[in-house]
Amino acid sequence: MVNSFRSILGSVFKNIYTVLIFTFLYLPIVVLIVYSFNASKYAVGWDGFTLEWYVKLFQDRAIMKAFYYTISVAVLSTLIATVVGTFAAIGIHNMKPLRKQLILNINNLPLLNPDIVTGVSMMVLFVFFKAQLGFITMLIAHVTFNIPYVILSVLPKLRQMPKDILEAAMDLGATPWYAFRKVIIPEISPGIVTGALIAFTMSIDDFVISFFTTGNGVSNLSIYVYSMARRGINPKINALSTLMFVSVLILLLVVNKRQGKESKKIL
Amino acid sequence: MLKKYSGHPYVLWSGIFIVLPLLLVIYYSFVKTSPATGELMFSLEGYRTFLQPLYLKVFAKSVLLALEATILCLIIGYPIAYIIANMKPKTQKIMALLLILPMWMNFLLRTYAWMTILQKNGFLNKMLSLLGLPTVNLLFTDGAVLLGMVYNFLPFMVLPIYTVLSKIDKGLIEAAGDLGADHKMVLRKIILPLSIPGVMSGITMVFMPAVSTFVIPALLGGGRSVLIGNVIEQQYLSVYNWNFGSAISVVLMIFILLSMGIMKRYDTDTEGEMNLW
Amino acid sequence: MSKRIIEGKNLVKSYDDTPVVKNIDFWVKEKEFLTLLGPSGCGKTTTLRMIAGFEQPTSGTIHFDGKDITAVPPYQRQINTVFQKYALFSHMNIFENIAFGLRINKTPEKEIQKRVERMLELVNLRGFASRSINSLSGGQQQRIAIARALVNEPKVLLLDEPLGALDLKLRKEMQVELKNMQREVGITFVYVTHDQEEALTMSDKIIVMNDGLIQQVGSPTDIYNEPDNAFVADFIGESNIFDGTMVKDLVVDFAGVRWNCVDEGFGEQTPIEVVVRPEDVMIVPPAEGIVTGLVESVIFKGVHYEMLVRNGDLEWLVHSTDLSHIGEMVGMRLDPEDIHIMKKVMDNA
Repeated sequence: MVNSFRSILGSVFKNIYTVLIFTFLYLPIVVLIVYSFNASKYAVGWDGFTLEWYVKLFQDRAIMKAFYYTISVAVLSTLIATVVGTFAAIGIHNMKPLRKQLILNINNLPLLNPDIVTGVSMMVLFVFFKAQLGFITMLIAHVTFNIPYVILSVLPKLRQMPKDILEAAMDLGATPWYAFRKVIIPEISPGIVTGALIAFTMSIDDFVISFFTTGNGVSNLSIYVYSMARRGINPKINALSTLMFVSVLILLLVVNKRQGKESKKIL
Repeated sequence: MLKKYSGHPYVLWSGIFIVLPLLLVIYYSFVKTSPATGELMFSLEGYRTFLQPLYLKVFAKSVLLALEATILCLIIGYPIAYIIANMKPKTQKIMALLLILPMWMNFLLRTYAWMTILQKNGFLNKMLSLLGLPTVNLLFTDGAVLLGMVYNFLPFMVLPIYTVLSKIDKGLIEAAGDLGADHKMVLRKIILPLSIPGVMSGITMVFMPAVSTFVIPALLGGGRSVLIGNVIEQQYLSVYNWNFGSAISVVLMIFILLSMGIMKRYDTDTEGEMNLW
Repeated sequence: MSKRIIEGKNLVKSYDDTPVVKNIDFWVKEKEFLTLLGPSGCGKTTTLRMIAGFEQPTSGTIHFDGKDITAVPPYQRQINTVFQKYALFSHMNIFENIAFGLRINKTPEKEIQKRVERMLELVNLRGFASRSINSLSGGQQQRIAIARALVNEPKVLLLDEPLGALDLKLRKEMQVELKNMQREVGITFVYVTHDQEEALTMSDKIIVMNDGLIQQVGSPTDIYNEPDNAFVADFIGESNIFDGTMVKDLVVDFAGVRWNCVDEGFGEQTPIEVVVRPEDVMIVPPAEGIVTGLVESVIFKGVHYEMLVRNGDLEWLVHSTDLSHIGEMVGMRLDPEDIHIMKKVMDNA
């Protein structure tokens, strides 16, 4: 009797707690979205529903430029990092233990170091060699912190790959290059894809490292929001947030559906 | 063959763009331009400046605030991780996804959102006055910074703990029950100890970024809450005192690496693999 | 006489100064089913891999069809391998796996279709072409691995303990299937195993290896009935090995008794070792036995009873279809042909 009462109470508390936590997590997002439709400029009272901030968002050249730079840096750096990272992972996989450990430790530095140190150190490098800060330097920085994610995604797949399939391919007549293209890459492709996705996400979201390594008027969205936010509230940012949130949501749902189909296929 | 040289390009790249920059920062921390001759000379001034009470206070404050945020995340996060881990597998997946979803929102936008909520006429105060409660002035205080940290880093605490908890062999719990342990004992003697690796992971993933962040104090703390990250930014970009900025960076790096070294003793994962939830 | 399709001369393979194959000579005849047999670490797999091209001999040569292929990479040898763990390409379906080698050779599509279908028939997996590798059982995967190798019509097929991961019944079935396949397709098989029963069942010729050296080469019956040394006698089948003395040709002393045997050429009064197979020992009433002994243990093994009979200092292992009881005194007889004499090998251990 008492036990069942306790367990009901327990589950009530659990549910309340869970709801509270998730409310906490989603409150800012909901507020952002709601106020993006608010005619009031300062997110104070509710002045009526409007889409004007969305319109103004697309008319704002600075934001559009920042968006363009964000996407292009993310896409380019992901592509470069994926290629370099995949080859690097293969090389690392075949290294002798001592060298392997050394390279892996260095590889972990951008992940372990606070991003302000990574950002500042790269800026110091660029200025020391008198390179102009701008798109290229930001791109190099993004590639640098993206490669470790690719390597860390591909390496486990290489380890899981049965070592004899390379020999089997060669036994059947494949040259090492053919075996690489047709056997190794397909085997590790889930790792490559995951690594690329993570790299892309990290790149889109990055602020600190971009902040220190860019210049010459090249901004990404994060930097733009930072400078705007320091000046105060601006509903265009709300509109931007809503759009980004919705696209991420759609992306996650699509990815989830694909994963569901994949696992059904194997069964 | 391919295998041998595949890694070489990256070795070169990492040497130039990872190792060299850090070496340069260390270099600059020991080098200053002499005001008299305009030449570079060896100097410990950067480190000495760091040891002044003013800056030590800032560093201590950063560490303290980060610790508070970490502890809060742990207290709030562990129960939710536990709750989710005990849900049905299908529900678990949905919950985990819901937990991750906010993290996919741009981190600056999420911090900016709290600005709108915490401002004088913002959402929070609106709700409070609706309930007849006095309004609060949270924005641009240390409290706001703490809130921002907890908000941003909570999922990083919950996920590793949840992962470890969900992997605990149910057979162990059954065995304990079979041997006479009640619910509380199982929690204390089996679940808690086994979840330590996840807790350590979570602490690491919260404390490190919390100590070094400068966006959260810049946006939510205004000019009043200055943390070590802000000092570094100022020294490099406004004051242009690279010697001092580098010295702080080196200290921060060493601090973080030391903390990680202590944490690693509890970490059961090896070979630096990514545990991608 | 069929020609030698593979010849290995003075083959040595060392890893970091540790020799694994210590200088062996061997050959494989065309269309022969040859087995390399030995315990783990004896060098049989290394030898196979040297034939395949995955290991470079430290010294020595390998000839294939008269040509020296020692330096030729595996993808240029007309030899195919069936791997122990199958090594199937999991991202391709069955058809693509089997067709892999054919595609590299730029075989026309129609022919690929035909040959793959024929292979699937041969391994009894007709209709499986579009299935994925993950949907197969161990035995089926093994057959796909065989099909993938055979479809390229190599002159020699190498098999590295291919049946190791299968359960007993399936293994025995596959042994028969493989033997039939080899006869049907008519190519040379070089087979590696540590299972002596498997080797005896399938092979035309067996090379017994131990510790990097060849111990004996011969047909299954030769090796079973006339082991050259104690290792082979012990490794193949079960045996009793007794110390004895060769009195003169056709006469030997052991177990405290003089026996007539069929071996000669060992000299006079030479210390030798005698090998007696458990199933050759005839259990008779004590009065009719050449030696007598006390039955110490009896285990029912289905096919026969396995008994330990103590005769003085010696313990005889006996397989008999008749039951004797523990504590019983029995007599034992041997036919002269069932007494095998071996040279006494000096202990190198």
